[in-house]
Amino acid sequence: MSFPLLTATALTPAIGAIVTAAVPSARRTAAKWIALAFSLATVGFAAAIVLRFDTDAGADRYQLTESRSWIEDFGVRYELGVDGIGVAMIALTAVLIPFLIGAGWNDADPKEDEDEAPASRRWRPTQGFFALILAVEAMVVLSFAATDIFLFYIFFEAMLIPMYFLIGGFGDRAGEQGEEGQARQRSYAAVKFLLYNLVGGLVMLAALIGLYVATADQLEVGTFSLQAILEARGSGELDLATSTERWLFLGFFVAFAIKAPLWPVHTWLPNAMGESTAPVAVLITAVVDKVGTFAMLRFCLGLFPEASEWATPVVITLALVSIIYGALLALGQRDMKRLIAYASISHFGFIVLGIFVMTSQGQGGATLYMINHGIATAALMLVAGFLISRRGSRLISDYGGVQKTAPVLAGTFLIGGLGTLSLPGTGPFISEFLVLVGTFSRYEVAGIIACAGIVLAALYVLVLYQRTMTGPVKPGLEKLPDLRVRELAVVAPLIALLIFLGVYPQPLTDIVNPAVEHTLSDVDQTDPAPHLEEVEAGQ
Amino acid sequence: MNPGELQAPVIEWAALSPSLIVFGAAIIGVLIEAFAPRSVRYTAEVVLGALALVSAFAAVVVLASDGHATSEAQVAGMGSLAVDGPALFLQGVILLVGLVGVFLFAERRLEPAAHGAAVDSFAAQPAAVPGGPAEREAVKAGHTTTEIFPLLLFAIGGMLLFPMANDLLVLFIALEVLSLPLYLLCALARRRRLLSQEAALKYFLLGAFASAFLLFGIAMLYGYAGTVSYSGIADVVSGDPASVNPGLAATMGNDALLLIGGAMITMGLLFKVGAVPFHMWTPDVYQGAPTPVTGFMAAATKVAAFGALLRLLYVVLPGLRWDWEPVLWGVAIASMVAGAVIAITQTDVKRLLAYSSIAHAGFILAGVVAVTEDGVSSVLFYLAAYSFVTLGAFAVVTLVRDAGGEATHLSKWAGLGRRSPLLAAVFALFLLAFAGIPLTSGFSGKFAVFRAAADAGAMGLVIVGVLASAVAAFFYVRVIVLMFFSEPKADGPSVVIPSPLTMSVVALAAAVTVVLGVAPQFFLDLASDAGMFVR
Repeated sequence: MSFPLLTATALTPAIGAIVTAAVPSARRTAAKWIALAFSLATVGFAAAIVLRFDTDAGADRYQLTESRSWIEDFGVRYELGVDGIGVAMIALTAVLIPFLIGAGWNDADPKEDEDEAPASRRWRPTQGFFALILAVEAMVVLSFAATDIFLFYIFFEAMLIPMYFLIGGFGDRAGEQGEEGQARQRSYAAVKFLLYNLVGGLVMLAALIGLYVATADQLEVGTFSLQAILEARGSGELDLATSTERWLFLGFFVAFAIKAPLWPVHTWLPNAMGESTAPVAVLITAVVDKVGTFAMLRFCLGLFPEASEWATPVVITLALVSIIYGALLALGQRDMKRLIAYASISHFGFIVLGIFVMTSQGQGGATLYMINHGIATAALMLVAGFLISRRGSRLISDYGGVQKTAPVLAGTFLIGGLGTLSLPGTGPFISEFLVLVGTFSRYEVAGIIACAGIVLAALYVLVLYQRTMTGPVKPGLEKLPDLRVRELAVVAPLIALLIFLGVYPQPLTDIVNPAVEHTLSDVDQTDPAPHLEEVEAGQ
Repeated sequence: MNPGELQAPVIEWAALSPSLIVFGAAIIGVLIEAFAPRSVRYTAEVVLGALALVSAFAAVVVLASDGHATSEAQVAGMGSLAVDGPALFLQGVILLVGLVGVFLFAERRLEPAAHGAAVDSFAAQPAAVPGGPAEREAVKAGHTTTEIFPLLLFAIGGMLLFPMANDLLVLFIALEVLSLPLYLLCALARRRRLLSQEAALKYFLLGAFASAFLLFGIAMLYGYAGTVSYSGIADVVSGDPASVNPGLAATMGNDALLLIGGAMITMGLLFKVGAVPFHMWTPDVYQGAPTPVTGFMAAATKVAAFGALLRLLYVVLPGLRWDWEPVLWGVAIASMVAGAVIAITQTDVKRLLAYSSIAHAGFILAGVVAVTEDGVSSVLFYLAAYSFVTLGAFAVVTLVRDAGGEATHLSKWAGLGRRSPLLAAVFALFLLAFAGIPLTSGFSGKFAVFRAAADAGAMGLVIVGVLASAVAAFFYVRVIVLMFFSEPKADGPSVVIPSPLTMSVVALAAAVTVVLGVAPQFFLDLASDAGMFVR
């Protein structure tokens, strides 16, 4: 058996979390460096995954597979394996985490007055913050790699707990509501996050049990193995009744739609992103939420092709509502972080749309979108976080003319924003374009409506920039310091990546495309043939 | 056999050794109370209790490894006791819980030392009027109630018999043997004695009612079948009686007697389990009883009572499956929903855990309703997982104290995570296990039970269970929010550093919670090997 690369990639941050948490309270800085080191080691393993992954057309669909028995009684195995989509998502996760750690370097330091209090000697928020981030990373990697559905579910659910503590335990320093009000808001957001996702997860649990019973019925032994189920379905051994398949699909889809989040179960996201610190907000939207859309591709379409097709009109409608609704609400926000959260909802609408139009451009675009959205939002949100930490307010109206006092900050903010509005030359443009092309080739009306999302995106990003960065300098901002070296070191690579993927997406599409073809064949779909009649008639 | 002829009973001493050891130790404990000087009683009782439980557990392990759980399963004691897989598994769990219970009972570092003597959570002189001169004198003299240890051993002995009982009279005797010491123990709290006595009285009165129902049901089943032996009744139910008792020819085979009698016995057992609508005693008793007793009772009674219920339904009444299944569906749904919903409004940790135990009774019933071997083993596994989480949670409750004793009001727990992060984290682990979050024992148990139910076609129960879990998650999470995200109050409680006794209880419970969540295979195997009842 070869080196278990996927396990190593997940285990590294898990061990890092434990080590970081064990650092004594006085050694805060050491804890940060340890966390950073472990996250960089994870990047190394992720790079090895990318290099080892075979992108040839004839290569296995799931590679780097590992399989060990775990809970035989439940029919659960420790089965890992990645297709191109999984590789891309693991790479995104691994790459983003060091930046988040860098961006949140000082976010979790105890306040000066707390430092002395004897009661807090064993309260180590800094160590906890970085340990929790690494724990989330480990669980996210495992859920991207799991090919056993039960295994996936376990990490899908378990990651809620560290996430919950990150949201509820750490927030921006000051705000208009004062210390107490903010703590209340924060724990409200954390509880809302947890309950929404827990309900989704429990619904999925019921569907999971249903799936097990169905497979046990038809295959003699119940199984959760994705590959076993796909094979059995291919050979006709497993043939779910239409109504069973639809119920199971719904159970899975609801869980993923809440995680993604799709309108109308999106309302936890603005609270969670608004109240948490910028790195945690990025962690939510760029990493954790991607598990939802990723799972739609891998599990909903793979396991329940007919039901997915049956649900397509509804899902596309919900996705369109998300695109427009998210964009409109982003326009109306007074709070910078909530604006970015609503923008994310709009973008998740695009991703879900791309997945469910069932064309190779759509799904390929959606996968690229998951990556690019992660990078673009990270850049925008982290710079916004730096800005907020300087002024102590999230309100857009508290800012103005920042580009005069902090030009670098304003410039990076602008680039992040342009990425978010999918400017050609940045990564998101290509993915959004692909999604729209894929949509047009099958659902023209949906494509047209989705295009309105682009216009609105330009509006909310540019208006945000105009209000905060241009115009006369607001009182109190005259001495706003520009980006520090640490902050620049975080933002610059992200921006470079954003532009690189906008100009040269080839490496990414090479990895992703075979997997998309496989997914499409799961659902028995082919791209609609281009309409050539009119062209020929015109010649 | 002539009625006049006496037959010497055949007793399988070895097969019954676990309960015999515990009962023997309990009697020795009473003798120690009577004859040993006051100064050595505490040490003697603790050592005796721990030794007895450990050796009884060893006996269970030996019996199980001799195949008594599977191929060698037998009916012992003239047909009155069954030594089989479920019985041995549950006995093992009860003995471990009991051992841990002895540790909790023996803890003497929590209360501030009174008049130079270390004291435990139990009243100095229970017979004295609360606040009266006799009590003051007893406290001044530094008396402690070491009688708790024999009482505990008797209760454990009864619990060991309960899931073994293979005829209705032994069932009743076991019920009384386990209940009477518990009624007493509930009344023995050192602090808040009136509340404790009220709890004991309520428990006693309602428990007496339940016993009466059970006994009446036994009488009716005897009228129906002419025998109190489980297999005898099962034979009559399936229309194949071994012999007809001429004195009962008029009533034998009367279905009305069977249905009413079966329902009454089930009622008596559901009372002990604490399922809706027989749950009324749970919150008051859990709150009033001394917390070590609550923890022990919540864990062990549930294990024993579910064992007895399983045997009754699977051995005696499988022929009536179509009659009791819908009823238990209703009871399971009502327990899950009522337990989860009412718990939301609770403001006291112990009451909260009480309502959560009601909801969990509902989850376990979902596995009982499955009526498959999988159903039995999933219930066994759930009971093992649940009992340790419960013990751990109550052990933590004993540690959070202020001047008035245990600070059980939830508002006092605000900010506990900042004062003692480790303890709060462990308590959060227990709460997450209650909520059934993956990688904890609660999830494995819940999944096992729900899967068994779904396999048996009870998807409706699974869906209700899943929704109730979501509601339940809300109040577990609320406590976590309170501990970690609220600012600590200035006059908040402090966490007492306990002796290694309680420390080991909490550590063991946390370890079991994690192990059963991450690597449950071994224990699932144990439970599924133990899935068959002997007839």
